[in-house]
Amino acid sequence: MGPLVPQEIIGADWNLFIAFVIGIGFGFALEQAGFSSSRKLAGMFYGYDTVVLKVFFTGAITAMLGLLFFSLFGWIDLSLIYVNPTFLWSAIAGGAIMGAGFIIGGFCPGTSFCAAAIGKIDAMVFIGGIFLGIFFFAEGYPLLKDFYMAGSFGPLKVSDFLGISGGVMTFLVIIAALVMFKLGELAEKKWPREEY
Amino acid sequence: MKTKYMNPYLAGVLLGMVLLMAFFFSGRGLGASGAVKSVVVSAVDIVAPEHAANSQYYAKYTGEGKSPMKSWLVFEMIGVLVGGFLSGALSGRLKWKVEHFPGITANRRLIFAAMGGILFGFGSQLGRGCTSGSALTGMASLSVAGFVSMMAIFGTAFALAYFFRKNWI
Repeated sequence: MGPLVPQEIIGADWNLFIAFVIGIGFGFALEQAGFSSSRKLAGMFYGYDTVVLKVFFTGAITAMLGLLFFSLFGWIDLSLIYVNPTFLWSAIAGGAIMGAGFIIGGFCPGTSFCAAAIGKIDAMVFIGGIFLGIFFFAEGYPLLKDFYMAGSFGPLKVSDFLGISGGVMTFLVIIAALVMFKLGELAEKKWPREEY
Repeated sequence: MKTKYMNPYLAGVLLGMVLLMAFFFSGRGLGASGAVKSVVVSAVDIVAPEHAANSQYYAKYTGEGKSPMKSWLVFEMIGVLVGGFLSGALSGRLKWKVEHFPGITANRRLIFAAMGGILFGFGSQLGRGCTSGSALTGMASLSVAGFVSMMAIFGTAFALAYFFRKNWI
């Protein structure tokens, strides 16, 4: 049955409307969680507010389990689901630069749009920075291309890489997440912070 | 008065359900920085079409009658703005404001926000997606790239947190 658009059950133009509706849900969930607050987002790295850890990993686990069960029920064909291709070196370097951007700027792109939507001027400035950063990458692409394309492993899944099933992999991620949630709760007790 | 946020685990389940619906309907996950890329590419194509046509980067998105703004991510991010606004309106959080730690000035906060945004913008293209697209979505589809991105983003932020602590605590 699913996914509907790749199998042309739903047309490409309807797909754009679906994107808009999904975006509303995405923005709503992020803002309700407090992801429109840079001080809450930064709190994960200082221990006083681990909302990022809880929401992010709960979201990932929920979607993993959802894909697993939908697949078992025959509601979705996992072979048609987009799997982000792995280019190892650019994923690591890009991730490190984004990590620096996160701790310095207090937002990531999705959260900055949510924050801008409710009037956070620092988020609007962050978004201006995103535009500039992307422009710099685009202009610098000829210099970066070789590195950008290096270490290609294609759309590789962790479960395939480790030789275990998707279900076992999901179970392991859940265990890791539960341990991290516990650590997060402990951190919030150890480093409490006044209201922000 | 204290603003009331949703329980983080409940918000996480909500977020996960939204991501699952994206997979079910569209066969793909969420994203954010890709929409900004579409705007940047469109802007360059309008302002400097010869440069865009000659660039191996821009030409990928602007050649052969392609329209970078007619993109799933662009429509999704317009939705994010609407959803964020609705949530803010519902919970009484709509307000023009520079949010910053009381120990620093608003101007300092804005300077660091700009620097952080530049780094995130650049890194999101090098990393082929940001926290939403590469990390969250990638992890949900069990992509190696997703886990690598997640560890690199959060690992680096934790590693650097000590040096930027004056901005936050």
